[in-house]
Amino acid sequence: MDTAIKTDRTRKMVATLLLFAAVFAVAFIFLPVLSEKILVGVILLLLAGMLFMNNDTGRYVCKRVLLAILTVFIIATITFFAMNAIPGGPFSKEKAPTAAVKAVLDQRFHLDKPLLVQFQLYLEGLMSGDFGISTKTGRDISVTIFEKFSVSATLGGWAVLTALVFGLVLGSIAALNRNKIPDRAIIFFTTLFVAVPSFILATLLLMVFCLQLGWFGVWSVNAPNYVLPVISLALYPMSYITRLTKTSMLDVLSQDYIRTARAKGVKERLVIFKHALKNALIPVITYVGPLTAYILTGSMVVESVFTVGGLGVEFVKSIGNRDYPMIMGTTIFLATLMVSMTLISDLIYKVVDPKITFD
Amino acid sequence: MSNYSADMIPKKRLLSLQLDAAKFERASDAEKEQHDVMRESTTFFKDGMRKLFKNPLAVISLVVLLLIIVTIVIAPMIVPYKYSEMITINGKRDRSAKNLPPFTYSQMELKAIEEGQEIFPHIFGTDELSRDYFIRVVYGARVSLSVGFFASLIVLIIGLLFGSIAGYAGGKVDLVLMRIVDVIYSLPDTLMVILLSVVLDQVLGQSLQGTVLASLGTNMISLFVVFGLLYWVGMARLVRGQILSIKTNEYVLAARAMGAKSGRIIRKHILPNCMSVIIISTALQIPSAIFTESFLSFIGLGVQAPMPSLGSLANASRQALQAYPYKLVFPALGICLIVLSFNLLGDGLRDAFDPKLRR
Amino acid sequence: MSETTLLQVNDLRTSFFTDSGEVKAVNGLSFSLERGKVLGIVGESGSGKSVTAYSLLRILTDSGRVTGGQVLFNGENILEFSPQKMHSFRGSRISMIFQDPMTSLNPVYTVGNQLREAIRIHTDRTPEQVRERALEMLQLVGVNEPEKRLTQYPHELSGGMRQRVMIAMALACEPDILIADEPTTALDVTIQAQILELMQELQHKLGMSIIMITHDLGVIADICDEIIVMYAGRVCERGTADEIFYNPCHEYTKGLIRSIPTIGANHDKLIPIAGNPVDLLNLPKGCAFASRCDQAMKICLTDAPEEIRINENHIAACWMNVKKVYDEAKEEESK
Repeated sequence: MDTAIKTDRTRKMVATLLLFAAVFAVAFIFLPVLSEKILVGVILLLLAGMLFMNNDTGRYVCKRVLLAILTVFIIATITFFAMNAIPGGPFSKEKAPTAAVKAVLDQRFHLDKPLLVQFQLYLEGLMSGDFGISTKTGRDISVTIFEKFSVSATLGGWAVLTALVFGLVLGSIAALNRNKIPDRAIIFFTTLFVAVPSFILATLLLMVFCLQLGWFGVWSVNAPNYVLPVISLALYPMSYITRLTKTSMLDVLSQDYIRTARAKGVKERLVIFKHALKNALIPVITYVGPLTAYILTGSMVVESVFTVGGLGVEFVKSIGNRDYPMIMGTTIFLATLMVSMTLISDLIYKVVDPKITFD
Repeated sequence: MSNYSADMIPKKRLLSLQLDAAKFERASDAEKEQHDVMRESTTFFKDGMRKLFKNPLAVISLVVLLLIIVTIVIAPMIVPYKYSEMITINGKRDRSAKNLPPFTYSQMELKAIEEGQEIFPHIFGTDELSRDYFIRVVYGARVSLSVGFFASLIVLIIGLLFGSIAGYAGGKVDLVLMRIVDVIYSLPDTLMVILLSVVLDQVLGQSLQGTVLASLGTNMISLFVVFGLLYWVGMARLVRGQILSIKTNEYVLAARAMGAKSGRIIRKHILPNCMSVIIISTALQIPSAIFTESFLSFIGLGVQAPMPSLGSLANASRQALQAYPYKLVFPALGICLIVLSFNLLGDGLRDAFDPKLRR
Repeated sequence: MSETTLLQVNDLRTSFFTDSGEVKAVNGLSFSLERGKVLGIVGESGSGKSVTAYSLLRILTDSGRVTGGQVLFNGENILEFSPQKMHSFRGSRISMIFQDPMTSLNPVYTVGNQLREAIRIHTDRTPEQVRERALEMLQLVGVNEPEKRLTQYPHELSGGMRQRVMIAMALACEPDILIADEPTTALDVTIQAQILELMQELQHKLGMSIIMITHDLGVIADICDEIIVMYAGRVCERGTADEIFYNPCHEYTKGLIRSIPTIGANHDKLIPIAGNPVDLLNLPKGCAFASRCDQAMKICLTDAPEEIRINENHIAACWMNVKKVYDEAKEEESK
């Protein structure tokens, strides 16, 4: 019965999304293994898809994917040239290289070639998953990134989940109990949390629950305890989502179609969970992009405070050490992640909201 | 007239009415006017201010902000310490005055008091370099507030110019300008701030030496540059959207039809109508700039030592968190209070002045 | 209350409780509706027409509350129904369609989904039967390609088409009363006529009663049996359509009729009603319309007019009627 509800459009859109998700997954997993040809392949696939589908949805998806790739390219360009604008170049801090060592290094990192050629080589490296070598540790940056990122991803994933679940629930509760005690309490606390920078919150939590009360152990690789880091990372976005959900829910509840649903005798529970919630979710979806960005930058702070060994700490360390290739690599990696999440949230947005025209 | 029959009318009424024929005289216009209980007519601004001052949270925030501003202006005149200097007694450096708790004196100071000297109390104690902590927090608040204020000013000016040109010119100009905005908008801002801070720190480092700007530190300069380069896009979009929607409004069309010149239309119709939205979003930009500054301070890209900011003070306090927790509490409280006040004031302004929310 | 009376509203009072105070939107409204008749409620925006309709179905928003009165449906007071009973009552016994078909359908669900939901709530048909009924309803309201429409989203349909869907949804469970809240206001003039025609046709076919709410006297002239003119939450005048149009006995009704544009009439200009609708937050004592009334008398400013029966088909609440009788009586006396 319910399959009849699904229109052609929805099915096509889901199929397209799945296709691109698959392409991305393949590209992502095999990126370090395969050569830069994979990117050419992805672009060709996209172009082919554009021609093939010949419908609005497909064209929209292609357009957004190409735009995302362009954005990543722009970021890589800015990062590369900004870093090369630093007087002395990335290896100026190396410990007293002799002329011979310098020559070897120059050759190894193509520093003897013109800047544009270096850029080309760097891009080619990026496409095959080669972010270069850290000037501080001498380790392969891509190895460091993928190794450390798994920790950050666990932390970030839990934080996103916490923020979304609690934000949606609390926001709905606040909207449905407008101007009553639960609403006022929720809004009071979320207003408070939005005013506390994450590092202060993290430090306070550490001070109170770790050091004073001793409820949680300090983080270590062997006994990772994600509770406090996740709380300090999730509180700000949770508060934001709560407020967003409340506003959006109140807006939706005052819409004519909610009145229509009530007028035709739909039960209050269904009015809220079927007719209101799906509409109220739409603005929250657009926040997923900024949410990822917040979580990724926030984890730099939270990881440092709780000494969680993730990518965030590594990034902050590399800034302190002026480890330029590492800064470059991490920046590009994180930026790519943020751009992809924004892309995905935009695509989901289009699926959920049929009103939006595909321009 | 045959439709009217006397027996249809309640007798009691008719009798009572017969007693008072005067009541059936025409009422004068003045009487009618008096009869109408009109709501007092107010201007948009007056009405908004009335609403703002009826909102207790907004009023409290305003008072708190004013108190903070008065404190940071006056305190350095009263407190006889400098933010960058060790405490000296009779010209001698007081090395015993390290890490004093609030309202206590060092041994040297106690001796001096016994000798009849008056020593100004250390309201927040002292830091690890024997500097008065209260004056450092005051200067920190000064720096943080100025950073927030000037960064927002930069955003406002650039965004206003760019947005109004795009919105007012329309057509191809608008298209090109907005593509630029789109590209900048899609860049992950925090990462770009970090990147540019790292680069500008090195690039500007030498050239600033010896100038007035040097005391501010390259990081602050780069923070402003970054805000000027990246953060204005939100404001530009907002302004453009406002102008576009106002431009197509009937009253602007009417003014144009009557032959009003562009300048007059902008001055008389467009600016006053988008002013409230712009002011509100500027007010909300300040806390976000303060957040960014404290974040940069945390990862070591903040103000130049010995210049304090609330963010860098809070960050520095983490070194000896267990021994001297108050060193975190004071600057942390400062940031939270300032940010909270601006947020609440911004919300209050929005509730009072946003035309879309008016019932 | 006669046998044929379906709905009897007695002294209905509804208020909204806002930050600035109590807004009395409906202020002691009484009327009755006969089975199979069409009742028109006319008034300016803010006169309490829509709020009356929402009160009947008890779908007021948070701040609104019925503060008094009775709504008797077949002798039962709707206002005392339990929430459960109310859910099964709405949409099955009384249905409603709204002013703006653009926003009255949920944008994230297909037309079919929403139409089927309306049927499923009140009947225990199998999914196949529900679907058949939905198709049947769409055909009944004159939607072309009903199969295709079921799978479309509201934004893919035109305004007139959406209003037809709304009507189909409202009539799907064969209600006794259809409340139409300005069903044509948001539509093009040509579509307006089509929708009105459709409603009339369906009324004849299905025999339900209709409460037609509008600010446009012209719209209801043809289709209504009885008309209520409302101002500031009260009845100014009520009577058969003929009585209201040809023998208006309230200055407000007269003003409304004067402001209908008519083709061929030799008016130099339309005569609008001066002034603004009354502020419901601070209702004046006396007649709410007095300050805008050309004929206002001293008594209008101090005493609220009571409903006076002009004849068996006509009731009006205006002091002018009393004055007329009074003047006539005086004239007779002097003779």
